[in-house]
Amino acid sequence: MPRFEPVLLKRIDKPNSAALAGYRADGGYTALKKALAMAPDDVTNLVKDSGLRGRGGAGFSAGAKWSFLPKNHPGPIYLCVNADESEPGTFNNRILMEQDPHQLLEGIAIACHAIRSNAAYIYLRYEYGRSYRVLDAAIKECYAAGLLGENILGTGFKLDVRLHRGAGAYICGEETGLIESLEGKRAWPRIKPPYPAIEGLFRKPTIVNNVETLCCVTHILTRGVEWFKSMGVPPDPNNKRDQGSYGPKLYCISGHVNKPCCVELPLGVMARELIDVHGGGVWKGRKAKAVVPGGISMGFLSANELDTKLDFEGPGKVGCLGLGTAAVVVIDDQTSMVDVLYNCCRFMSHESCGQCTPCREGTAWMTKILERIRTGRGKLEDIDLLYEVANSMGIIPGTTICGLADGAAWPVKNAVTKFRGEFEEYIRSGRSSITPAQQLMAAH
Amino acid sequence: MAEAAKTEVIKKKAGPAHPSGDKRFKLLEVTMKRHQFRSDALIEVMHAAQELFGFLEVDLMFFIARYLKLPPSRVFGVATFYNLFSLRPKGEHTCVLCTGTACYVKGADALLDAVEKLAGIKAGETTEDGKLSLVTARCLGACGIAPAVVVDGTVKGLETPDSLVQQLKGWLPNG
Repeated sequence: MPRFEPVLLKRIDKPNSAALAGYRADGGYTALKKALAMAPDDVTNLVKDSGLRGRGGAGFSAGAKWSFLPKNHPGPIYLCVNADESEPGTFNNRILMEQDPHQLLEGIAIACHAIRSNAAYIYLRYEYGRSYRVLDAAIKECYAAGLLGENILGTGFKLDVRLHRGAGAYICGEETGLIESLEGKRAWPRIKPPYPAIEGLFRKPTIVNNVETLCCVTHILTRGVEWFKSMGVPPDPNNKRDQGSYGPKLYCISGHVNKPCCVELPLGVMARELIDVHGGGVWKGRKAKAVVPGGISMGFLSANELDTKLDFEGPGKVGCLGLGTAAVVVIDDQTSMVDVLYNCCRFMSHESCGQCTPCREGTAWMTKILERIRTGRGKLEDIDLLYEVANSMGIIPGTTICGLADGAAWPVKNAVTKFRGEFEEYIRSGRSSITPAQQLMAAH
Repeated sequence: MAEAAKTEVIKKKAGPAHPSGDKRFKLLEVTMKRHQFRSDALIEVMHAAQELFGFLEVDLMFFIARYLKLPPSRVFGVATFYNLFSLRPKGEHTCVLCTGTACYVKGADALLDAVEKLAGIKAGETTEDGKLSLVTARCLGACGIAPAVVVDGTVKGLETPDSLVQQLKGWLPNG
């Protein structure tokens, strides 16, 4: 197989890759020029035809989302850029924003033209200080060069981009939570419908897109639909709901590998190839016990499922929730799954926004049950209890407003089914992985 | 025009920024004015307030609520919802330990264990002399250099308990 030429990450190794001059020298902002010469609906259709699916986790078709906006709306229409990258294990948006902010800004401008919006908000997590400074400088450069503001490139198109920083909450990554937070409130997800495309930010039609999705839009404009469709996995003819997984994707590899990195590959790479070829293999010559396919809320692949294709449908076929953010975390065979699962549950229970009872209570109960197991006081029934709690929370059983609960339940469901033997052995042995200091941490 | 008139009214009603005469309130007022006293700028305003005062005192939250014309409960609610707002004073130095999954499997617990032992405080607390605050964070997006630690705003990766203790030792009496 020929070596894949990165597209989204093409410029990141260049010196001063964040500067406007360099970006324009590499052909930057020609895609915007091309888009502005087209009718907005044509841009939307182009993106729709490319089969671009949202990179933020749900994998919803970006073009289809744009076409849900009400026709002939008097405005304003808003674009929100979801840069609240908080799924544990994910760091691709940070690289895109820090190393090539103009690629994103161009994508934002194209998207705004397509959806007839004159105002875009970038919702950036507060922890990304460097991204903030780089983006802020890039936006100022654009205003000075006439690429943002009034009359962009002499076409009469007007766009303001504002940078808004969050304050540290995982739930801000949920699109309606993000909107609430932009309005200066607690990030409590809203009940849908109405979907944001009908009633979103300040009760106006709003589109929320991920950073990586918008970066892809830029390249679809320059290189065309055929190029985009030449990469990835076509839809499964036996599955009518499969829309195919096309285009390049940034995979983040971390955990117990020799070379943790972020690598760009066509969608549909095998988990095994990612670990062995791109991640340099499992560290210390050990074997992988479990692999997180796309951020912890997607669940776990076991060691014999490593030949799963990481496209939008692949992880779902082996019982995971989906591709998520394509953040691959490798867990070696010396690590206890009970401990890993406890870490997941503690995180989710801390980050549950507290609106829906099944999620608020469920995540806390699961953490407590795992705490009990970890102190050596677990019972064998606890495994089924964990599964039962996990199975009754989330959008899929229909008990919560947003998908956080599904993301909290999935690792639990996967762990207790795929690693049941290990849980049973742990409980039977009556051992405890808690040191006094960890007990303090658990109390926190 | 209408916006300017509104600002004028608020100014007249409020008089000087804060009865204490603390200049920082005046600076905060300028920030709020830049946001045209809009209630949706609350999070930005609170970031500014925390940068000025170090943490969000109850009095400060009342001040913000009055200027943005919001119920104090709303300001308090936002302050307690988000991880980065602090209602208690922070230490002179801060050490943030990432406990995301990638850092966890690479030994973030051992780091926490070491720092807790060294400083004699739990995560989320500040030493009695106000020298060091120990904080745990959700994933910092630095999974490639796990386990990651942020010491006084600088991200450091691939830490071991020994290397971290070496960095913090100087700030602690028993170090």
